[in-house]
Amino acid sequence: MPRLPRLDAARQQAVSVALATGAYAISFGALSVAAGLDLWQTMALSLLVFSGGSQFAFVGVIGAGGTAGAAVATSTFLGLRNGFYGVSLAPILRPMHGWRRAWAAHMTIDESTAVALAQPANDPKARRAGFWWTGVGVFLAWNAVTVVGALLGSRIGDPAQWGLDAAAAAAFLGLLWPRLASRPAQAVAAASALLALALTPVLPSGLPILAAALVAVIAGWRAPSSAKEVPE
Amino acid sequence: MSDYALMWIAIAAAGLLAWATKFAGHVVPETWLENPRVHRIAAYVSVALLSALFAVQSFTSGTTLVIDARIAAVGVAALLLWRKAPFIVVVFVAAGVAAGLRALGWG
Repeated sequence: MPRLPRLDAARQQAVSVALATGAYAISFGALSVAAGLDLWQTMALSLLVFSGGSQFAFVGVIGAGGTAGAAVATSTFLGLRNGFYGVSLAPILRPMHGWRRAWAAHMTIDESTAVALAQPANDPKARRAGFWWTGVGVFLAWNAVTVVGALLGSRIGDPAQWGLDAAAAAAFLGLLWPRLASRPAQAVAAASALLALALTPVLPSGLPILAAALVAVIAGWRAPSSAKEVPE
Repeated sequence: MSDYALMWIAIAAAGLLAWATKFAGHVVPETWLENPRVHRIAAYVSVALLSALFAVQSFTSGTTLVIDARIAAVGVAALLLWRKAPFIVVVFVAAGVAAGLRALGWG
């Protein structure tokens, strides 16, 4: 929308991103219940963790029979990237203190960061609007639709009959896909998948997934030959 | 402790750690995280964990490796992602493919 003032453009983008992202909370809600969590636990994950990848990982590990500890660890490792988003956002959102900063931290996710940074660098107002509107918009949509998904999930009998296990696999593939742009990222993905499968028969559930983090450490330890190789 | 209570503790812990990670990014001095090695490893951790989660969710059942209707479902999902279909469409179609194949008695 080139004719709109930038502030309105940022808000409009925020609303469409919030609706699109909120929609897939329906799959999270249903998968969480299929993994054995109840409605309240599913809602608590969306409210407290509020990071799609981490939430899918948590219920994925529980659904596969992993321990609560393995679920927490996998969810936390997958959320590490949000820490780096905070570093990019802090200069845009500054000055910020107390509760406002605590709330801004909670709103720091893939989508709010992407919309904020997509606004022109010379327009801090638009960047701030992009961050807050997307963060709060996704938060509202994500939590509301999680409830719908969990209620739907609890009404169906055998999750496999409805293909919910395949839906969870497709969800992980969908979260992974945009991160596979570079060759090294593809190699890390392939090695991690093979390692997790190879360890599945010999380690308790949940640990083969965590073990894949070692692949990331090994791959990231040495500097790449060209700076373009490292994924975002 | 009951499994139910343990699950609540795990959810609270996951929420607290998720928030603490995000908050740390907003408050630590920028130079702490400027180390390129830390950046590279963090980027690869997301790729590695998501790929491992995908593989385990697609090809295992408990502690055994299995090939069932899910392989067709994730194949279709990959095709849709390659054609740039929206996330929600990919997830629903994958569920539909697996449910359909199972209704026909396969996988």
